[in-house]
Amino acid sequence: MAQVFPRSANWASKASILVGLVLVGSILAIVLNINRIYFVNQVNVPIDQPVPFSHKHHVTGMGIDCRYCHTTVEESAFAGVPPTETCMTCHSQIWTEAPILEPVRASFRDNVPIEWNRVHDLPDFAYFNHSIHVNQGIGCQSCHGQVDQMPLMWKAESLNMEWCLDCHRDPAQYIRPRDQVFNMNYQYPPDQESLGAQLVAEYGVQTSQLTNCSICHR
Amino acid sequence: METRKNIDLSAIRSRLEAAQGQEYWRSLDQLAQTEEFAAMVQREFPEQAAELKDPVSRRNFLKLMSASLALGGLSSCTIQPSEKIVPQVRAPENVIPGKPQYFASATSLGGIGMGILVESHMGRPTKIEGNPEHPSGSRGSNALVQASILDLYDPDRSQTVKNAGRISAWSIFLADLTQRLSSHEGNGGAGLRILTQTVTSPTLGHQLQALRDKFPQAQWHQYEPVNRDNARAGAQMAFGEPVHASYDVAKAKVILSLDADFTYSGAGNVRHARDFAAGRRIRNGSKASNRLYAVESSPTATGSIADHRLALGTAHIEALALKVAQGLGIDWKGPSISADFSTHDAWIAALVDDLKSNPGQSLVLAGDQQSPAVHAVAHAINHALGNTGTTVHYTAPLEVESVDQRESLAVLVADMNAGRVESLFILGGNPVYDAPVDLDFASALDKVGYRVHLGLYDNETSELCHWHIPESHFLEAWSDTRAHDGLATIVQPLIRPLYKSKSAHDLLAVLTGQPGVPDLDIVLQYWEGQGLDAIAWRRALHDGFVEGTHPEAQSVELGTLQLPATTGSLPEEEDLEIHFRPDPMVWDGRFANNAWLQETPKPITKLTWDNAALVSPTTAERLRLKNEFLAELRFEGRAINAAVWVVPGQADGVITLHLGYGQQRSGRVGRDTGFNAYALRSTAALWSGVGLQVSSSYDNYRLACTQDHHYMEGRNLFRQASLDYYQAHPHFAHEGAHDPPDDLTLHNRTDHQYTGYAWGMVIDLGACIGCNACAMACQAENNIPIVGKDEVLNGREMPWIRVDRYYQGSPDNPQIVHQPVPCMQCENAPCELVCPVAATTHSDEGLNDMTYNRCVGTRYCANNCPYKVRRFNFLQYADRDTESLKLQRNPDVTTRSRGVMEKCTYCVQRINQARIEAKKAKRTIGDGEIVTACEQACPTEAIVFGDINDPNSQVTTLKASPLNYGILTELNTRPRTTYLASIKNPNPKIAEA
Repeated sequence: MAQVFPRSANWASKASILVGLVLVGSILAIVLNINRIYFVNQVNVPIDQPVPFSHKHHVTGMGIDCRYCHTTVEESAFAGVPPTETCMTCHSQIWTEAPILEPVRASFRDNVPIEWNRVHDLPDFAYFNHSIHVNQGIGCQSCHGQVDQMPLMWKAESLNMEWCLDCHRDPAQYIRPRDQVFNMNYQYPPDQESLGAQLVAEYGVQTSQLTNCSICHR
Repeated sequence: METRKNIDLSAIRSRLEAAQGQEYWRSLDQLAQTEEFAAMVQREFPEQAAELKDPVSRRNFLKLMSASLALGGLSSCTIQPSEKIVPQVRAPENVIPGKPQYFASATSLGGIGMGILVESHMGRPTKIEGNPEHPSGSRGSNALVQASILDLYDPDRSQTVKNAGRISAWSIFLADLTQRLSSHEGNGGAGLRILTQTVTSPTLGHQLQALRDKFPQAQWHQYEPVNRDNARAGAQMAFGEPVHASYDVAKAKVILSLDADFTYSGAGNVRHARDFAAGRRIRNGSKASNRLYAVESSPTATGSIADHRLALGTAHIEALALKVAQGLGIDWKGPSISADFSTHDAWIAALVDDLKSNPGQSLVLAGDQQSPAVHAVAHAINHALGNTGTTVHYTAPLEVESVDQRESLAVLVADMNAGRVESLFILGGNPVYDAPVDLDFASALDKVGYRVHLGLYDNETSELCHWHIPESHFLEAWSDTRAHDGLATIVQPLIRPLYKSKSAHDLLAVLTGQPGVPDLDIVLQYWEGQGLDAIAWRRALHDGFVEGTHPEAQSVELGTLQLPATTGSLPEEEDLEIHFRPDPMVWDGRFANNAWLQETPKPITKLTWDNAALVSPTTAERLRLKNEFLAELRFEGRAINAAVWVVPGQADGVITLHLGYGQQRSGRVGRDTGFNAYALRSTAALWSGVGLQVSSSYDNYRLACTQDHHYMEGRNLFRQASLDYYQAHPHFAHEGAHDPPDDLTLHNRTDHQYTGYAWGMVIDLGACIGCNACAMACQAENNIPIVGKDEVLNGREMPWIRVDRYYQGSPDNPQIVHQPVPCMQCENAPCELVCPVAATTHSDEGLNDMTYNRCVGTRYCANNCPYKVRRFNFLQYADRDTESLKLQRNPDVTTRSRGVMEKCTYCVQRINQARIEAKKAKRTIGDGEIVTACEQACPTEAIVFGDINDPNSQVTTLKASPLNYGILTELNTRPRTTYLASIKNPNPKIAEA
């Protein structure tokens, strides 16, 4: 019986090994990196909201402090999303007729809460606490990015575990003096490495403990 | 299924006699080394392959495995579903999202209230604790209180007004009722009857009085199946008036319990348990201990911590009480002591001497289920010993109107049968199910023209009523109650009613012509009438009780005791007695639909999901009964079938049946569990009766008993000694123990230095009464799922802290001991070494962290855990679909999925919270600042948690005690959870058999 494959088919079979390896390698690469691409983790993707609230306008334009609305950020795990009443402290006086604010007025009038779309959403098995980060010198901007420059809110960071661990393994990279936590334009000094180590010691951050599983998972 | 093998009792007895030293055993099966026991011990999770019902071939197995391996990694690739954030429109003051709030309130059982603190997360009550500021309470609580939060969210609760079984509305009911009431207005309310449970609520009493002012002919009846009639009648017999006795256990050095389970159930049990344990805490320096003598028919939590315990039937207990009275020189008229009762003379003589030498510092308690004569004798003994005013205090009755409830119900039934009742309002309870069977409440009810039932559940009684009104849970409505010492305590709601339910106050407001007045106003108006101003009211809400409302002490005059002539007349040797007792978990049946209570093993029997006919080993042998036999119990011409369970320590000739089971309509959880004891319970034999006939049908009924589950097979797990022995041998707990030296390890000891906090726990075995409060608190705190009877039979129950019960000594009257076993948080943890995915790791503070989201479910860790404290979610046990149950969950703890291992974490959520708060305040965590859920709930304060690196912490002090020991330390696990050996204080004059 004549041979099915000609001799020239040998190169193809050799090449197929290479192609196979590349294929497997790329599949692996895709699987391992899938959570790093913006399509999956939605980094830098603005999220639509019932009212197109602009942090840029309120923070940079009006100079309102983070804590005016996010009142519990220093004392609770949850930073707090303001009740409609907070919006109405100003908007009962200004822009009272603006059509764009009708959902806010409707909420206040009908006593029906506004349903905001969550932008930063950790998995339910990760327990993040805002208050301890803010109190130990981690700036808002470190995780949330330049919020003062965002007309609509988006995630500035992936919030993946590897991203969390980057800081938890070595907080000296990102720690800043406590009085600079709410500063959106804080510039890390050139000697951040030594200043950071000093702050870590001063604030009593126990770095070795920060990678214990039960610090975040329970 | 195969029937159980015969257990040869005589062989067991001779083996135990030959045994050297103290031998602790869990079950008769273990002693007899039966196949069932061997099967249970052999595997960590017995019958685990049975999940795939058809036999799995090797080929199929490999297919499944490879598919699951290939797909396993993909499960982590899920994209988060988009979520909403819904802030309030107007934020209430003082609510910080993410931080719980605590409110004082009260729960009550049988009319006796207990002060509680309720944890609320953003308006959702999630957990109940004892109110430490309440004078009659403490930080601790009990299993029933802990579990009552689940009733609030029970999806089977009655949710809507029903008319003749069809859905209706409150407004329609109101219209109908107004019409009905107008017919009563002409005749002053003749034919109008109210049936309530025990009422101690001052406000409800006030409303009932208003009702009787409006309808002078109306009558109010009270009945609940577990009532305190006998205590009332006993006081009447002794003092001529139904005074209420409250006890100060703290001041008592010698205590005699006449079938009084005073540390576990009944009025003031949490306070009693705390005071009792405090009176026997052996710490360095203090070597004084109180002494408890317990006489009871069926073993209870209280009997298990007694220094001396006798198992006797009803008449024998009466005879014993009389003999003690005789020994103390107390006269009575009526019965004479049977000459046949002489077996325990030495015991009684020693007890009498002990009582005599502690005048004013002794206490005799009679159980609510004992006859009035026993109560009267107990009062006389306390009086003779000068205990009145020290350990016993008499006050006016706590009830608004103290009545004999048995008689009250009998009168109502007679009137119903005679057609004298036109309208009947049943406020709470389920009399069709639980009234004495000879009254035939159901058929009498049929003769009433207009029947209204207010109840938490749509139960047997609602079925026979024209109108059923859903009742609000106590966390949904305003009310008040009285604590065991009479202190008025406010019941403050934590949440608006989940359904369109009403409280008894709402219904009575309608009847008294004030429809629509909110229950808050009703309660507030009453207290304003009592002179409480706005500030005092705010204070009462904050503290949970109204200052200065203790009833006045009542001086009592003890007359000559006139006892019924039959008191203490012993039955024939062959006669069988039946005893009815409230179930330790579902009580009179009101908690039958509470899955936590159903699945938590009962303190002594370790049965779950069922009650059983409890019988002693000797009687079982005589009657040819075996465990799980279905026996016919015939009593006063009525019969039921019930499964048999042999209980070492049960009185011979006494069969105990717990109430509360066998309900047909209680909901998905409680329906068709157990056997209905009420079908045998008559007015004449409310608590016990002689003349029971038992015949075995040789059919089997499987009982889910956990006593042989998680058996550790270790040597010397439980250690105990008498106080005298301890004083001579302070280090007895370590005699013969093999604790490896500290440097004996393959680990790199520099891995963990524990320079910061190092968490540890000590459990005082001498204080543990086995009440399950810890297990229940853990269930609520840590979102532990329930698995159902079938899965318990497979050995898959989930509690993170289990209470092991051991017997020691002869099966006829063994000593019963309890050992709570949570995760030991080993420093050399066997579980950590075998986890292939590092889902269980060691923390810098010495915890064995369990990371659910990393766990792939190999179960190697559970297999390697010598303490058997790891629990695996074989199926999706956590209910993810029922909306109401989601509200109960603790938001600080992950709800686990199928295929994930879980275990005790020392309440790491509480540790983290405390650490964060301390860091923010720039201080260290103080001793006692972190309280684990089990520690908080423990009524005897047997569990102590803290930092073992802090030389001054309580836990460090306790660990330095010579009584401190670890279990299975010979395995070099270095457990962080250790035990204090139990110290008993037996009377040297009573020679122990």
